[in-house]
Amino acid sequence: MSNPAARKPISLRVLSMSIVGAWVFLAAFPFLWTMWGSFKVEGDFFSRADWMNALTGPVTERQFGSPFTLDGYDGAWVQEEFWRAVINTVIVTISVVLISLTLGTLGGYALARSGFKYTFWLLMAALVFRAMPHVTLVSGYLLPFFQLNIWGHLPTTIIVLVAINQPFTLWMLHSFFLSIPKDLDEAAMVDGCTRFQAFRLAIIPVMWPGVVTTGLFSFLLAYNDFTVTSMLLSQENQTMIPKINAFLGSTQEEGRVMYAVAAVVSSIVPLFVLILFFQRQIVSGLTAGAVKG
Amino acid sequence: MPHKTFLAFIWPSLLAMVLFIALPIFSVGYQSLFVEHEQVLIITENCGPFGCSDEVTVDAQAMATLRAEQPAGRFNGLSTYTNASHLATDEIGEIFATSENWNEIRNRIMNLPFYKALAFTLAYTFIVTPLVIILGFIIAVVVNAVPSMLKGPVIFFSLIPMLVTPLVGSLVLFWMIDSRGIIGAALQVVFDNPTLSLKASPTLTWITLFVYGVWHSAPFAFVVFYAGLQTVPQDTMESAMVDGANRWERIRFVIIPYLMPLATFIALMQLMDNFRVFEPIIGFSAAASATSLSYLIYNDLRAAESPLFGSAAATSMLTIVGVVILLLPVLRRNWREFNRKA
Repeated sequence: MSNPAARKPISLRVLSMSIVGAWVFLAAFPFLWTMWGSFKVEGDFFSRADWMNALTGPVTERQFGSPFTLDGYDGAWVQEEFWRAVINTVIVTISVVLISLTLGTLGGYALARSGFKYTFWLLMAALVFRAMPHVTLVSGYLLPFFQLNIWGHLPTTIIVLVAINQPFTLWMLHSFFLSIPKDLDEAAMVDGCTRFQAFRLAIIPVMWPGVVTTGLFSFLLAYNDFTVTSMLLSQENQTMIPKINAFLGSTQEEGRVMYAVAAVVSSIVPLFVLILFFQRQIVSGLTAGAVKG
Repeated sequence: MPHKTFLAFIWPSLLAMVLFIALPIFSVGYQSLFVEHEQVLIITENCGPFGCSDEVTVDAQAMATLRAEQPAGRFNGLSTYTNASHLATDEIGEIFATSENWNEIRNRIMNLPFYKALAFTLAYTFIVTPLVIILGFIIAVVVNAVPSMLKGPVIFFSLIPMLVTPLVGSLVLFWMIDSRGIIGAALQVVFDNPTLSLKASPTLTWITLFVYGVWHSAPFAFVVFYAGLQTVPQDTMESAMVDGANRWERIRFVIIPYLMPLATFIALMQLMDNFRVFEPIIGFSAAASATSLSYLIYNDLRAAESPLFGSAAATSMLTIVGVVILLLPVLRRNWREFNRKA
């Protein structure tokens, strides 16, 4: 390398490689271990005799004739009807992403283009709202929702998640729209467009990178939510995460804990795929707020 | 942009936030002034061959009408805030009056549910946040030094602990630290103590939760710092070298000051997120030795027979006060900057 600043002594390189290796191991190993273990029976995954059993699975082999079994998945997906929770999760996440992006792009655009003082206050209010623990908000919802008889339904939860997600979406898209030059839509308006036409014709075609990134985080919020979904959804409308929590209540029975393990792995796998495809956008989204202030 | 157009664009988003974030805060404030109705009891006299006895039953019908008339419960003023499960003013006064020394005062206060939760929440917030920043910085610096073909996979695996929801992430670790799980069993061998269990002692549970918190959030700090490292001005680095700065001095006097604004940003995000710690407590089944403010609210709302709205609301209000205090320095700084610009 030509840059002498980048040249490093061997010892330093070994040191940094080993720290990186240790970190990757720490970050990845628990998930890989649990994924592997989800194909075993409880006697192997929680082995009293020897931890190697979780790798080789002798008890599983004795019970099922093969070191791998889909028993946990069968129990979770078929017996405990985890598929219902998966369908609910799909409905909730897709609706939340679509609605919060629609509201967020409109609002974020307005915040980025208006120079009045109240935009500052709106953004600050959004920051305070973002910091509110979700469970405090939920304790405000429950009683009115019982009264209005809208507790337990998916649409209620979707709207609530959209609202909780708005502060973040607004901040993110606001700073993204700030990076789109003002001249673009102002030129369109000089050409006779109204503000909304300018938004539709000049801004929408160029806003997709920001929208995709924001959408990913809306997806993660809806997909990962536990507080809102566990408190606002009735038993049959539960999404994946509260359903997993419900599994834990019955872990005492033999074999049941593997249902929870299988369900947990089922909920992690989609995230693996998501990171695989959208790693770049996720990273840029995480840093966007930091770099732009 | 004229006010009218601005409003036309922003009203759906604003409406959602007002209805589901601002109003609930008022609703919580209102609910916190009420408590559940007292049970309406009926005393019936049962007379049998062996004499008469009074039987006390709850009048379910009268309770239902009462609930329908006043859903929030009966007015209680600020008493919920001062009762034993919240600020416990009377108990605190008594503790100070009757305790011998500071140690006893501390121990007795730590037995009050609200203060126990507050202590854990604050400890978690102020221990995990700096550790996350330090660990994230170290990882960012070393990842920046490895060959570039490794960087993609490293970032891929780093993102997983952060993007997996805390409940699921903590469950994964909880199963591993079980005394029959791999980490739990390994710790028993290392410390040569077959009865060692991370779940048994409060201190170990706290440490487990802190470790989980750092593991969960360090990737965020890492990614932000890593992105920042890519933009460190090369000519500053080179002039530092020309001036004879060694590797450590370059990190200390060029990189760290350059990344300071990012550290502030991470600290802000982490303070907000760590203050509402809640799911790991459920994932690790740690409620016996560690509760947080959010957990108290959840627990009240989950109360077996009927949710304790009043109690949950009072804790919520106190939590909101905590959030505002936490954010005050940030808001003030933003306000000053905004005024400077204007």
